[in-house]
Amino acid sequence: MKRHTAFHETRAALEAGEATCEGITRQYLETIEKGKRLNAFLAVFPEQALGRACAVDRKLAGGTAGRLAGMVIAVKDVLCVKNERVTCASKILKNFVSLFDATVVRRLEAEDAVIIGKTNMDEFAMGSSTENSAYGPVLNPVDESRVPGGSSGGSAVAVAAGMAHTALGSDTGGSIRQPASFCGIVGLKPTYGRVSRYGLVALSSSFDQIGPFANAASDAARVLQVIAGHDENDSTSARMPVPDYLAALDRNIRGLRIGVPREAFIDGLNAQVRTALERVLDRLREGGAVVEEVSLPCSEFVISTYYILMTAEASSNLARFDGARYGYRSSGARDLTENYVRSRSEGFGAETKRRIMLGTYVLSAGYYDAYYLKAQKVRRLIQEDFLNAFRRVDCVCMPTAPTTAFARGEKADDPLEMYLSDVYTVSANLAGVPAISVPAGSDDRGLPIGAQFIGRQFDEATILKIADFLES
Amino acid sequence: MKNLQEKYEPVIGLEVHAQMLTASKAFCGCSTKFGGEPNTNVCPVCLGMPGTLPVLNANLVEFILRMGLATGCAVPHRSVFARKNYFYPDLPKGYQISQYEAPICVNGAVEIDREDGSRKRVGITRIHMEEDAGKSIHDADVDTLVDVNRCGVPLIEIVSEPDLRTPGEAHAYLTRIRQLLTYLGICDGNMEEGSLRCDANVSVRPAGEKRLGTKTEVKNMNSFRNVERALAYEINRQIQLIEDGGRVVQETLLWDAGQNAAYPMRSKEEAHDYRYFPDPDLVPVVVDEAWLARARASLPELPAARRDRFVGELGLPRYDADVLTAEKETADYFESVVGVLNRLGLRSAAENSKVSSNWVMTDVLRVMDGKTGAPVSAERLGTLIGMIQDGTVSGTAARQLFEKLCSDPGDPRGLVAMLGLAQVSDTSAIEQAVDEVLNLNAAQVEKYLGGNEKIFGFFVGETMRRMKGKGNPKLINDMMREKLSRKRG
Repeated sequence: MKRHTAFHETRAALEAGEATCEGITRQYLETIEKGKRLNAFLAVFPEQALGRACAVDRKLAGGTAGRLAGMVIAVKDVLCVKNERVTCASKILKNFVSLFDATVVRRLEAEDAVIIGKTNMDEFAMGSSTENSAYGPVLNPVDESRVPGGSSGGSAVAVAAGMAHTALGSDTGGSIRQPASFCGIVGLKPTYGRVSRYGLVALSSSFDQIGPFANAASDAARVLQVIAGHDENDSTSARMPVPDYLAALDRNIRGLRIGVPREAFIDGLNAQVRTALERVLDRLREGGAVVEEVSLPCSEFVISTYYILMTAEASSNLARFDGARYGYRSSGARDLTENYVRSRSEGFGAETKRRIMLGTYVLSAGYYDAYYLKAQKVRRLIQEDFLNAFRRVDCVCMPTAPTTAFARGEKADDPLEMYLSDVYTVSANLAGVPAISVPAGSDDRGLPIGAQFIGRQFDEATILKIADFLES
Repeated sequence: MKNLQEKYEPVIGLEVHAQMLTASKAFCGCSTKFGGEPNTNVCPVCLGMPGTLPVLNANLVEFILRMGLATGCAVPHRSVFARKNYFYPDLPKGYQISQYEAPICVNGAVEIDREDGSRKRVGITRIHMEEDAGKSIHDADVDTLVDVNRCGVPLIEIVSEPDLRTPGEAHAYLTRIRQLLTYLGICDGNMEEGSLRCDANVSVRPAGEKRLGTKTEVKNMNSFRNVERALAYEINRQIQLIEDGGRVVQETLLWDAGQNAAYPMRSKEEAHDYRYFPDPDLVPVVVDEAWLARARASLPELPAARRDRFVGELGLPRYDADVLTAEKETADYFESVVGVLNRLGLRSAAENSKVSSNWVMTDVLRVMDGKTGAPVSAERLGTLIGMIQDGTVSGTAARQLFEKLCSDPGDPRGLVAMLGLAQVSDTSAIEQAVDEVLNLNAAQVEKYLGGNEKIFGFFVGETMRRMKGKGNPKLINDMMREKLSRKRG
C-alpha cells in the first residue's frame, strides 16, 4: 500500500498554493466512488463537503483558517450530524435524521475540517468484523476476502484506502484499535472522559470513547487536540487541561519505561504477531527505552467482565429504540406489547439482540449480584492492575489483536470466538485508560499487524510519542 | 367493628412524590412550566434522542438538600443516580433516571400532631431525586396520544418509615410534609394538579405483634381526603380478610374515588423487574461540608420555629400560633398585618399581634382560598385595624367595611367616608342621642336608679342603635354614666 502524506505536508501544500481544499476533497470523493465495493460509507456528502472545502479555501487565502483546514475527515455513523441520517448501521434507525451535531462534529467543523461522509460499522458498534451491518459488510482493502475488523471497520477502511485523511470511530472494547490493526493504520482510543460523548449514540456509556484513525500519529494528535476537552453537555467528560500533543512528538524515547505484561503472551497468540511485537520492542530498546516485564493478574477475567458490563449498559441504552416515537415500526402489531416485540425483533440484527438479551439477563432480579455487581468489582481490580503497573512503567505494550485480519464469515457463526478476538483491547476500556494501535509490519500473507500501547489516564501524549517514534 | 379495630394494628408507610419548582427540568434546560401546548417544552435530551446525555440541574440538588435538612436527614458524601428500566410510550429513553441504592438524603424524621393533641415522631427512610415521565392520553377515538412536556420534570420522593398507625396519622404526616415543602419554596404542594402525589404501603397485624403483616401498595389517591379514605378502606379490607380466614396477598391496588374502593392492578402491569443499575451517564453527586453549610444557611424559618416565635416573641396563644403557621402563606400574611400596625404604633406590639391574629383567624381564613390567596391585602387589613385603633371606625363598622373590601379594591379610608361608616365622636350628637334614649325609656331609668345597674348596657345599646352603630362606644359610655349619675344626684 502506498504511504499517505501526513497532514502537515498537505497543509504546507495548501499554504504554498500548490493545492486547494476543494481539489483534495474532490480527490477523496473520487476514491470513495472508485472504492464503492469496499462498502466503507453509509452516506457521502459531496455537495456539503465541496461547499465547505471552497469556504475553507477562502479562509486559507484570507489567513483565517482553523487548525484543521484542509483535513478531510469521515465519521462513523454512530455520530450525530445535524439534519443527516444516523443509522448506527441498523435497520431500526434506517431513516432517522439527527436534530443536532455531536460535540466532536461541532469542534471539527469549528476548526475547518471537512466532513465527507459517514462510515459503515457493526450495528450499534457491536462486533469485531463489521459484518454485523444491516447495510452489508465492509471489505478489507488489503485483502478483500478478509474483514477490516470492527466495529469501526468503515472508518478504518476510509483512511487505509485513501477515502479520507482521517476518520473518527468509537471504541467500546477495541472498536478503533482492532480495525486499525487489521487495516495497517494508527487508531487511538483516548482516556475515558477525554472526549465528549455528546452526540455519540451510546452502546455502553461507561466504556465508549470517540477517537481518530490516521495514517500518522501526528494526524491522530491533531484531531485529538481539537476534539478533546470538557463539554458541558457530557457530565462524564473530564475537566482536565488538554496538553499540546504535537509538542510531545519529539521522537526522543530515551529512558521511557515500557512494560510488557507476562499475561499477554497467551497460547492463542499468533506466532507472527508475537515476532512482530518483539521486533517493535527491539526498536524501542534501540531508541533508548527500557523494556521490562509487568503483570496484569486479572487479564484472564477481562473478556467475561467486559461482556457482562457492556451488555448490561447496552440493554438499557437500546431500550429507546422501541418503534413508538421514531425509527422502524413493524406494521400489523395489534397492541403496545406486540408493537415493541415486533419492531425490535424485526429492527435489530442478531448480534444486537443477543447482547440485549445477555444484558437484560445480568441485570435481572436474582442475577444482578452474581453478574453485574461481581463484574463491577472485578473491573475495579483490573483498574488496580494498571495502576500498579504504571507505578513502574510509563506505558504497557501488547498486541492489539491475537491474529491478523480473519476471513469474512470465519467467526460469524461463533460469537464466543468473535468475543475472544477482543482479549487485548477490552482491558483499556475496563480501566478507562488511553490506548493506541500502531502498524507493526505484516504477516507472511501481507496482512497488517498492530502493536498496542496503553498509557496512564490522560497521558495520550506518551503513547502518541511512541507511535510517532515508530514511524521514524 | 370497634373490637376488630382494636384487635389489629395497622402499619402504614407513605411514599410522597413532590414536583420541584425549579425553572428547568432535571437533566436538560427545558422549562418546567405547567399547561403548555403538548410536546412544546421539549428538546433532544428530554425526548431521549439517540446520542443525547443528561446533565444534572444543580438547583435540584439545592432543593432536595433543603428538604433533607428540614427533616433532619443525614446527607451522605456521595449519592448515585440509577436507571429504572421499563418500556412505556411516555418514557422516551426506556428508563427513568432515579436514585436507588445510594439516595442523597437518609434517616430523617418529622413530628406530627395526632388527633388527641399529642405529638409523634415519624421516621423518614430516604429522600431521593428522580425525573417524571410523560403523560399518556388514552383517547378512544384516536388511540393513545403522548405528551412529553412533563418528561424530565424533577421530582423528589420522600419515603417514610412504617411508623404511621391510622389514616388520621397519615393525613397529619402528609400535612406536615406539604407544609415543609411549601415553606421551603420547593414545591407548590398542589395534590389535585399532581405536583404532590402519594402512594401508601399498608399492612395490619394482631395488636401486640412485632412482625409486620403482608403489605399491599395503594396508588392513585389524588387528595388528602382520598388518602384517608383509601387507607381506611384498605385497613378494613385486610382485617375482614384475615377475620374470614383469608390471607393478604402482596399486590398493588388502585384507589377508585368514585366507587370508594381500591382494585388490584392487572398483574401484568405490576410484574416489573426494573433492573436498576447505576446510570453511567451521570457522575455521583458529591455534597461536601461547604455545600451543606450553604444549604443550611439558605433555609428559611421552618414552621415549628415560626410557631415557637409567634408564641414566645409575639405572645400569641399556642392555638393561634398553630393555626397561623399551618400554611406559610397565612403566616406571611399575618406578619405583614402586624408589621403595618407596628409601623402605625398606636398600640403595643403584643396588642397588635393579638388583634391581627383575631382578624386573620376569624375574618380572613373564613374567606381565604388556597388558589387566590387572601381576599384583602395585608396592607389594607392593617389600615382597617388601624382605623379601629385611632377611633375612626367602630369594631362593628370595621367588620362591615371588611366585607366591602373583599370585593372593592378601593382605599379603606376613602370607603369609610363613602359608605358613611365613620365613627361619630362629636359630643353634641352623642349627647343628643343619649338624652333621647333616657327620655324615651323613663321606666328603665327608674329601675336603674332603683339599683338595677345591669341594665346600663341596654341604654348604651339603644344609643348606638339610634346612631346606626357609628357612635364612639367609649364616649357614649362616659356620657351615659355621667347623665345617669346626675339624675341620681
